[in-house]
Amino acid sequence: MAATTDILAGIIPLTDSALLVVARECGFAEEEGIGLTLIRETSWANIRDRIAIGHFQAAHMLGPMPIAATLGLTPLRQAVIAPMALGLGGNAVTVSASLFEQMRAMGPIDVLAPATGGAALRAVVEKRRSEGMPPLQFGVVHPHSGHNFELRYWLASSSIRPDQDVDIVITPPPFMPDALASGQVVGFCVGEPWNSVAVASGAGRIAIVKSAIWRSGPEKVLGVHAGWAERNGDALARLIRALYRAAEWCGNPKNHAALAHILARPDYLGVPASLIVKAIDGSILEPFAPRSGIVFFAPFAGAATFPWQSHALWFYSQMVRWGQVAHTAAHAEAARHSYRPDLYRAALKPLAASLPGASAKVEGALKAPSPVGATSGTLVLGPDGFFDDAIFDPDKLDEYIAAQRAEAD
Amino acid sequence: MSASLPSVLVVDENAVRAAIIEAGLREAGHENVTIVGDVKGIAAKIAALEPDVVVIGLENPNRDMLENLFQMSRAVKRPIAMFVDRSDRDSMEAAINAGVSAYVVDGLKRERVKPILDLAISRFNAYSRLERELEDARSALQARKIVDRAKGLLMRTRGLSEDAAYQLLRKAAMDQNRKIAEVAESLILAADLLGEKGTDGGND
Repeated sequence: MAATTDILAGIIPLTDSALLVVARECGFAEEEGIGLTLIRETSWANIRDRIAIGHFQAAHMLGPMPIAATLGLTPLRQAVIAPMALGLGGNAVTVSASLFEQMRAMGPIDVLAPATGGAALRAVVEKRRSEGMPPLQFGVVHPHSGHNFELRYWLASSSIRPDQDVDIVITPPPFMPDALASGQVVGFCVGEPWNSVAVASGAGRIAIVKSAIWRSGPEKVLGVHAGWAERNGDALARLIRALYRAAEWCGNPKNHAALAHILARPDYLGVPASLIVKAIDGSILEPFAPRSGIVFFAPFAGAATFPWQSHALWFYSQMVRWGQVAHTAAHAEAARHSYRPDLYRAALKPLAASLPGASAKVEGALKAPSPVGATSGTLVLGPDGFFDDAIFDPDKLDEYIAAQRAEAD
Repeated sequence: MSASLPSVLVVDENAVRAAIIEAGLREAGHENVTIVGDVKGIAAKIAALEPDVVVIGLENPNRDMLENLFQMSRAVKRPIAMFVDRSDRDSMEAAINAGVSAYVVDGLKRERVKPILDLAISRFNAYSRLERELEDARSALQARKIVDRAKGLLMRTRGLSEDAAYQLLRKAAMDQNRKIAEVAESLILAADLLGEKGTDGGND
């Protein structure tokens, strides 16, 4: 066994930091000869800065962050790659109790059918406009986040124009419940446990879950500096294997209660385990959807840690859609290659795990759990549809971008 | 001339540290310095103040919000970018190590900003040092209280003089290669577990 490699990784207090936390706490990192130390950070900007100067070798990152860093959309342009995803789903849109009542007065809301909440919100927005009231304000955690893009996608597909009909502001995840309670925002899209915290305090109601906006939709990734990855290929491969085993552990229902207890610790989330466990085992959906086959947060099953380049390209398409970057072939290629399924496959080869054979897929093609081509054995992917039945074919990126632009005009 | 120095906005919830930075900037001749503790309504403040430089601590969770504001907001008329001098990696590292970052309006020359960043770095470091010293003083005080309790325990249970009790603790610490406070703590814990009376005499 090679000598131990020390890796310092940054995390943000969110349930989907679970893979990194478990890799450390349950010995999976140690088994791979990684001395993993986790630092809880207060902003995504800190994570970006500390990756840039090499304080951190790896980090819990928002899915679009490596793309934004590589394209230079934030300070400190740097080549950051995502050689692994840290799970699928796990976010929700929570609105204030008062807005929820106003929406419900307009029509029934099914949190698993985003079109219903969208129609209700549009009716509220139109009523406010006719009464000359200012636009409602929603919070997201970062401009380059799955939260921002899925909230905007839901709004736009519901004929509500972000930045015109509603305002979207940036608020740190742990501050979301307070921002809602104090009326700074009337709703937000954030990862767990912060929706549950707002609901438990009585200030909020979950209106929509992300895994209904885009089934099997991507969320956080493992972010590493491209230069570090190149120089430390073996250490990175060991880290990926440790995280893969951590993901498998997190995905086992028998471990959910233990996982919630670990995450509840003050040095991780500092939130009661009883709130966290619901997001992990999906019981957060129970009040709304005993019938549903929707998975709220997927840490492992369905190739949940595979860094699909189609996910990177969809995030990129939304950066273009909302004016964060101009669409060029070079930008699209840079975005695609910031996700590195090749490194993921190479790292996991010794485990003989069942991994996707393709590096990209048509998002929205699978309507039900389906077996797909895999490196070995069988691999079943979950349904991956968008709630409005739109299809994202990464090979038809230009057309997708053009169609969304036409919609906006 | 001080009038030509850039205007500075310091965003810091820590009032003491903010005051230390403000004092430093004023000593250096900066007259146009504003401190903001609460970020609520900061967009309007930035729009009104039009600062040349914005200094913010890394531990402030609102960095993401501020960066977005600098890039996107209609309220901020002049583009503001993070102070990063690619040729000067050291100063960037020093800033991050000190826990501070600076944002600068577009077009401001680095010679005019660098002294402000350097000052913020040194004041952030000075504040952290102060905080560490305070923490050390607190734990030293705590250690002395624990040793006093252990001495009291030995004096009562073994009928020792204060000096003899201290010598016994010191010898045990040396034999076990531990700190006196650690030995004292184990002694108090053991006495508690054994139900020894009189160990709660040292209420802080």
